[in-house]
Amino acid sequence: MTSLPTIDHDSEQQADLADEHAELEEEHADHRMFGLATFLVADGMTFAGFFVAYLTFRAVNPLLPDAVYELELPLPTLNTVLLLVSSATFHRAGQALKRNQSGQCQRWLFITAGLGLAFLASQMVEYFTLPFGLTDNLYASTFYAVTGFHGLHVTLGTIMILIVWWQARSPGGRVTSENHFPLEAAELYWHFVDGIWVILFIIFYLL
Amino acid sequence: MTVAISPPSKKQSDGLQPTGWLRYFSFSLDHKVIGLQYLVCGFIFYLIGGVLGGAIRIELASPIADFMARDVYNQVLTLHGTVMIFLWIVPVVNGAFGNYLIPFYVGARDMAFPRLNAVAFWMIPPAGLLLISSYFITGAAQSGWTAYPPLSITTPAAGQIIWILSVLLLGGSSIFGGINFIATILKLRQPGLKLMQLPMYCWAMLGTSILVVLSTPVLAGTLVLLSFDIVAHTGFFNPSLGGNAVVYQHLFWFYSHPAVYIMVLPAFGLVSEILPVHCRKPLFGYTSMVYSIMTIVILGLVVWAHHMFTSGTPPWMRLFFTIATSFIAVPTGIKFFNWLATLWGGRISLNSAVLFSCGFIINFVLGGITGVALAQVPFDIHVHDTYFVVAHFHYIVYGGSVFVIFASIYHWYPKFTGRMLNESLGRFHFLITFIGFNLCFAPQHWLGLNGMPRRVAEYDPQFTLINQISSVGALLMAISTLPFLWNVVQSALSGPIAGDNPWRALTPEWLTSSPPPVENWSGKAPLVTEPYGYGVPGEQLNLEKTSNSDSDLGSKSQ
Repeated sequence: MTSLPTIDHDSEQQADLADEHAELEEEHADHRMFGLATFLVADGMTFAGFFVAYLTFRAVNPLLPDAVYELELPLPTLNTVLLLVSSATFHRAGQALKRNQSGQCQRWLFITAGLGLAFLASQMVEYFTLPFGLTDNLYASTFYAVTGFHGLHVTLGTIMILIVWWQARSPGGRVTSENHFPLEAAELYWHFVDGIWVILFIIFYLL
Repeated sequence: MTVAISPPSKKQSDGLQPTGWLRYFSFSLDHKVIGLQYLVCGFIFYLIGGVLGGAIRIELASPIADFMARDVYNQVLTLHGTVMIFLWIVPVVNGAFGNYLIPFYVGARDMAFPRLNAVAFWMIPPAGLLLISSYFITGAAQSGWTAYPPLSITTPAAGQIIWILSVLLLGGSSIFGGINFIATILKLRQPGLKLMQLPMYCWAMLGTSILVVLSTPVLAGTLVLLSFDIVAHTGFFNPSLGGNAVVYQHLFWFYSHPAVYIMVLPAFGLVSEILPVHCRKPLFGYTSMVYSIMTIVILGLVVWAHHMFTSGTPPWMRLFFTIATSFIAVPTGIKFFNWLATLWGGRISLNSAVLFSCGFIINFVLGGITGVALAQVPFDIHVHDTYFVVAHFHYIVYGGSVFVIFASIYHWYPKFTGRMLNESLGRFHFLITFIGFNLCFAPQHWLGLNGMPRRVAEYDPQFTLINQISSVGALLMAISTLPFLWNVVQSALSGPIAGDNPWRALTPEWLTSSPPPVENWSGKAPLVTEPYGYGVPGEQLNLEKTSNSDSDLGSKSQ
């Protein structure tokens, strides 16, 4: 009853499954993952708004001739790799928890959090080495606002991973193979943040 | 009326939850308590917004700015719009009635996420206080509820920033509510209850919540960028720093046009619940109603730029948005004719709930006609930013949504309190509201067509007489609140006892005691697959079921 594993909220089957659960027990099934997925749709719309705004600026607001707006590729490419790998390691952590291998799970969680922190550090380095500041020009402002908003998500995600790691680590903690909602929620959120980064990387660095 | 002992639950064993009237001031997790919290809180803000609206009409009773300074006028009209939209209509048609009714309609004992629900409500009073207090502390925002840059960047910053914070809080509350409604309607339906058997209000709330979840975050992101422009002097929307003010308008209206449907779709749903009960007829065209709602949801997301025909919008965009907007008249018209067909040949009780519903239908069709007119570019360019637009949207949000809120209060008050409202006072309330409303806003069409701009404290003296007529209408609207307030308070104390189901209704909220127990039904939840089975052969049977005490009902429905 604690596990409604997928996020596929359109699936009829899952609705039936939930109904069966409700029939069996007076307390209703766990819909927290569904709620989180709906929230992530909303969160994704915030990013969609930012991306559309940036693309519109690019299309109709040319920079002044002396404005500086140049992005280097190496660091953000490294960042992309860091996040993609961290998605994989988080997945391993989830699998380990399902197999009831708490030690493995903790190790993978720790690595994932480390990758998140590495991403943030690398982002910091990029911010400090870029040749433009927040208010220099329109593209620069948009760049900092959107990558900063994404960085905020990474920060929150890293904190969530560390909390889950702590809970899995302490013997009486809340994250066990019986109760893996906290881990699954953090994992879904982390994959979402990674997915957003890939789109952000394409729009801001590659286009 | 016998009420069996409810099954033990987490909620009741939780000794921290206060009981009695105190729970309305607590972090209650009961959806019925939260619904009434939304309703009363919203109504308090309606009174505040009404005072602000009254101040606007007093100012406009004379062509010069003599009642208040011009910058105060700007603050008052900004607060009036923001309070009425974000603190009265949106929380009440969604939060109040949604929270109270949706769990009943899906056969659940509470919302999917009760704690999130309480958090969503308790974000509203602080946001409202923040907004109102800005007037006294720093001076409120002056750029209207749309907060268009560069105006919002050049007016005093403190009020504007507080306005942004307040709207962000209210938007967050609205998103949490939307997530909760979607999860409740899709996931908490009791076994055997199909989507196409749900009462129409569930569909309206599902559509509305989809709009809330998709569009509100865009507004939130936009306002964050706007606050950067104000505080950090970035230039996203500031043309003098190389930014683009029209992008703000696009992003703003991407939320704020759907916001019209967020205010009016739930009202459609509520009217669809009220009319069949008091006409003793099934709701006409259930399936077409459902498809119209979903069509409005989809179209509602792609019509926003009709607010921007004078913002240098390119011709192809004007063409697209004119056509898309005109199309919305089709599903809306379907719903309108369905309500008429529901009334047609019914045994109508002309009580306050029905009067307000019919008032809604009349006002809304007028607002709809001017809406289609405004969607046409040549006409819109002529009346853009005039009182014609003011008249149009007040016909939609007041003549539409607020009339339905009153109809709903008359309809569900016996369920909320267990007592009946005074019908004569209710009809009197309707009469002066209807006359006052039309007297206030119908003349504004004429003002707009003759070129009186909106949002300005002073105007050409040739408009004086019509403005004074409009102000008299506003005075009537203010007076109309008094019999209503008296009625609500007086009836709560000493109104006649309503019984469980005074309207002999078939929807699930009536199949329990009034007011309902904490767990909604003391027995098992009744399975209602025909919520509109009035005047059909099985009706008598259904009514017998409803007249039984709720404890019997549980066993019977099984």
